[in-house]
Amino acid sequence: MIARPCKNTCNFFGVVVYLIYLFYERKVTLKSNFLRGMRDGIPIALGYLSVSFGFGILSVQSGLSVLQASAISASNLTSAGQIAGVGVIAAGGTLLEMILVQLVINIRYSLMALSLSQKLDKSFTTPHRLLASYGITDEIFAVCSAQKGVIVPAYMYGMILISMAGWVLGTFLGASAGEVLPDEVSSAMGIVLYGMFLAIIIPPSRRKKSVLFVTVTAALLSVLFRYVLTMISGGFAVIICAIAAAGLGALLFPVTEEEEEAEE
Amino acid sequence: MTVAVYVFVMAAVTYVIRMVPFTFFRKKIKSRFVRSFLKYIPYAVLSSMTIPAIFTSTGNVVTSAVGTVVAVLLAFFDLPLIVVALAASLAAFLTGMVV
Repeated sequence: MIARPCKNTCNFFGVVVYLIYLFYERKVTLKSNFLRGMRDGIPIALGYLSVSFGFGILSVQSGLSVLQASAISASNLTSAGQIAGVGVIAAGGTLLEMILVQLVINIRYSLMALSLSQKLDKSFTTPHRLLASYGITDEIFAVCSAQKGVIVPAYMYGMILISMAGWVLGTFLGASAGEVLPDEVSSAMGIVLYGMFLAIIIPPSRRKKSVLFVTVTAALLSVLFRYVLTMISGGFAVIICAIAAAGLGALLFPVTEEEEEAEE
Repeated sequence: MTVAVYVFVMAAVTYVIRMVPFTFFRKKIKSRFVRSFLKYIPYAVLSSMTIPAIFTSTGNVVTSAVGTVVAVLLAFFDLPLIVVALAASLAAFLTGMVV
């Protein structure tokens, strides 16, 4: 009688872990687009959890409260823009400065939003677009773009919800842990976001000469701006590099109809 | 000025940047150049954001470089995003213990 509750508990956890495994390994066919979106968002959420932990630490160090840091993450859902924004707040900058900084750093989202708008299902009506546009991040965009066929609203909502939960929870935990964590750990976490970016761009670069050309060109230009053309700010540099590299790629390697159909 | 005002402005600007093209752009783009351009944009953005910033991401060039090499190798062999990201961080952390 005494052993029984333990046994049930253990079984319960075993079943839960097994279900999560099946869910993640795509062994269960999901009919719900919302759940499919959540499943495809798991790696993003885990990545965000670790990256936003660093943002939380940084915010508290800049004089913000745990609640303020979490509110920034919940309302912005962006990494570089938030870090720059906290810098402006800490320095007591003007609102105009805040607007320009966000505009420059986040303008890449408008290019992603434009690109993604080409891939939406007919069921993506105006209210859905108004709501889902909140969640266009580098990673959500990358995963949605890589999907075969069109995107439906529920799929995007599932992905946004789980990613946002990871992002806000990580911020909250990081801000709470604050100075408790040793420097070695928090500085090593600085590379997490970039590691994830590499994992997004390297596999397609290996398979396609055109993508390899674009990523290498963008990287070389970015190095040029960082070390030679230093008068251009980081945010502007990313915009110029991206437009130049993608433009050259489009001129030299225009996508063919067959390629596009193969992706859909 | 209260922090709330800053946060509101930050969030509003970021939202509008995402919302306007996503909501008001309905037509399929005909131009082959523009379609190609939009296909390449995410790779170009992520690549230029990552390089060279990744080499200073941990505050130490050596630990960052080791983390980068690990990330490149694992990404080359198609490992999942989260594995690549956390392995890079772990490699940087372990290198930091030795150096």
